[in-house]
Amino acid sequence: MSLQGRVDAVVIGASAGGIEALNVLLPALSQYLRPPVFIVVHLPRDQPSMLADIFSKKCAVPVREAQDKETVASGTVYFAPANYHLLIDRGPQLSLSADDLVHHSRPSVDVLFESAADIYKNRLLGVILTGANEDGASGLAAVHDAGGVTVVQRPDTAQAPNMALSALKLRPADWVLTLDEIAAMLRTLDALPSRGVN
Amino acid sequence: MDAEVTAAQTASAQFERELEFLIDAIYHKYHYDFRGYASASLRRRLKTAMSRFECQTLSQLQDKVVHDPAAFPALLDFLTVQVSEMFRDPEYFRALRERVVPLLRTYPSLKVWVAGCSAGEEAYSVAILLHEEGLLSKTLIYATDINARMLQKAAAGVYEVQRIAGFTANHHRSGARTSLSDYYSAAYGRAVFNKLLKDHIVFSDHSLATDTVFAEVQLVSCRNVLIYFDRSLQDRALGLFREALCRQGFLGIGAKESIRFSSQAGAFLDFVPAQKIFQRRAEL
Repeated sequence: MSLQGRVDAVVIGASAGGIEALNVLLPALSQYLRPPVFIVVHLPRDQPSMLADIFSKKCAVPVREAQDKETVASGTVYFAPANYHLLIDRGPQLSLSADDLVHHSRPSVDVLFESAADIYKNRLLGVILTGANEDGASGLAAVHDAGGVTVVQRPDTAQAPNMALSALKLRPADWVLTLDEIAAMLRTLDALPSRGVN
Repeated sequence: MDAEVTAAQTASAQFERELEFLIDAIYHKYHYDFRGYASASLRRRLKTAMSRFECQTLSQLQDKVVHDPAAFPALLDFLTVQVSEMFRDPEYFRALRERVVPLLRTYPSLKVWVAGCSAGEEAYSVAILLHEEGLLSKTLIYATDINARMLQKAAAGVYEVQRIAGFTANHHRSGARTSLSDYYSAAYGRAVFNKLLKDHIVFSDHSLATDTVFAEVQLVSCRNVLIYFDRSLQDRALGLFREALCRQGFLGIGAKESIRFSSQAGAFLDFVPAQKIFQRRAEL
């Protein structure tokens, strides 16, 4: 299940149990990761998110909280800030919004995935992890419909299976995997090692 | 690439074209300029509007809006309405209170511009804060927006009573010196804010995309508005703020907004960086 050369960006959505799941995925990323990774995790809206701080200490790649109008850098992990939707805009550029909650959430996984599918089209990998609500299902469907690659965490391995089940109900996923298998898949996104002969 | 994917990409390209046509049509017919709006948010808002207007395509929506002037204000709500609350981000208001107010006290009279005021929550919050600090009597607040319906709502100052608990909690966390209930009367499920505040607020139509500066002010508060603009429209808006502000006047923007990417960045100094409060340079 190598995705070498297949995608230009990764979007990940998670809710309940998401931090533990990301604890498996993100420290496994290598410093040679090529595509940017955008992540929405549902968190309380009235306090700042500490995710970027927490994970930058554990990861070999740069991990940042998304800033509005920032140009997307390759091989970088971006977290949506608390209480803002994160969207990908032309450029590609990061764009934040304070629009209404979607599925009782801001940031919403759907908003990130749908906007990223508009920009990256069939060159996007969408990953839905553990979570207790339905946010992310239509987002992953948008990734699928644009021709992107879709991955859903195996519901029986998710702390809260509902997010994965909702996504699978809407569209079949290309891959239904355990966290370790998803981590292995993400490692195939590294830049090709330079070779003597082409 | 399979046929389904090709079809999806054609549809998406068509959507982009129709979006451009719609925005142009709105500009020519109604003189509202959304050409500098961040396209990702605009796309999302228009998709929501399409389903609410029961249109399959943006060109259907354009047809409806261009030929039925009554439909336009409803679309404008989709394109402009900012979701806000009173004393949103209480730490911002605490910083205004503790760091900015002491300097505002030194002016004989004060003018404040709340840009993109939507339904007025931010303007009333600033008015209440200035009242608590004894400055409201010498202050005029300009609260501006491009949405006439929202300006009417803002001027009425009526909010659903269910929202008051959240407003009160925020107000308290902002370092309140009074009780929020001093400023409204509740009846029939609604809270109506006092004339005392309204007497010091002028709600008026102003576009950061097409209008110019109308007054010299000591404080501009414009939060979660710039995120809906692309970089060049952000530049324009920040240019207006710079022009409107007196030397060493203050600019507050949203917690996750930045002036870092703007050509106007050099005109402002960090004042309370954590709360995104800037000061206009004295020498520029």
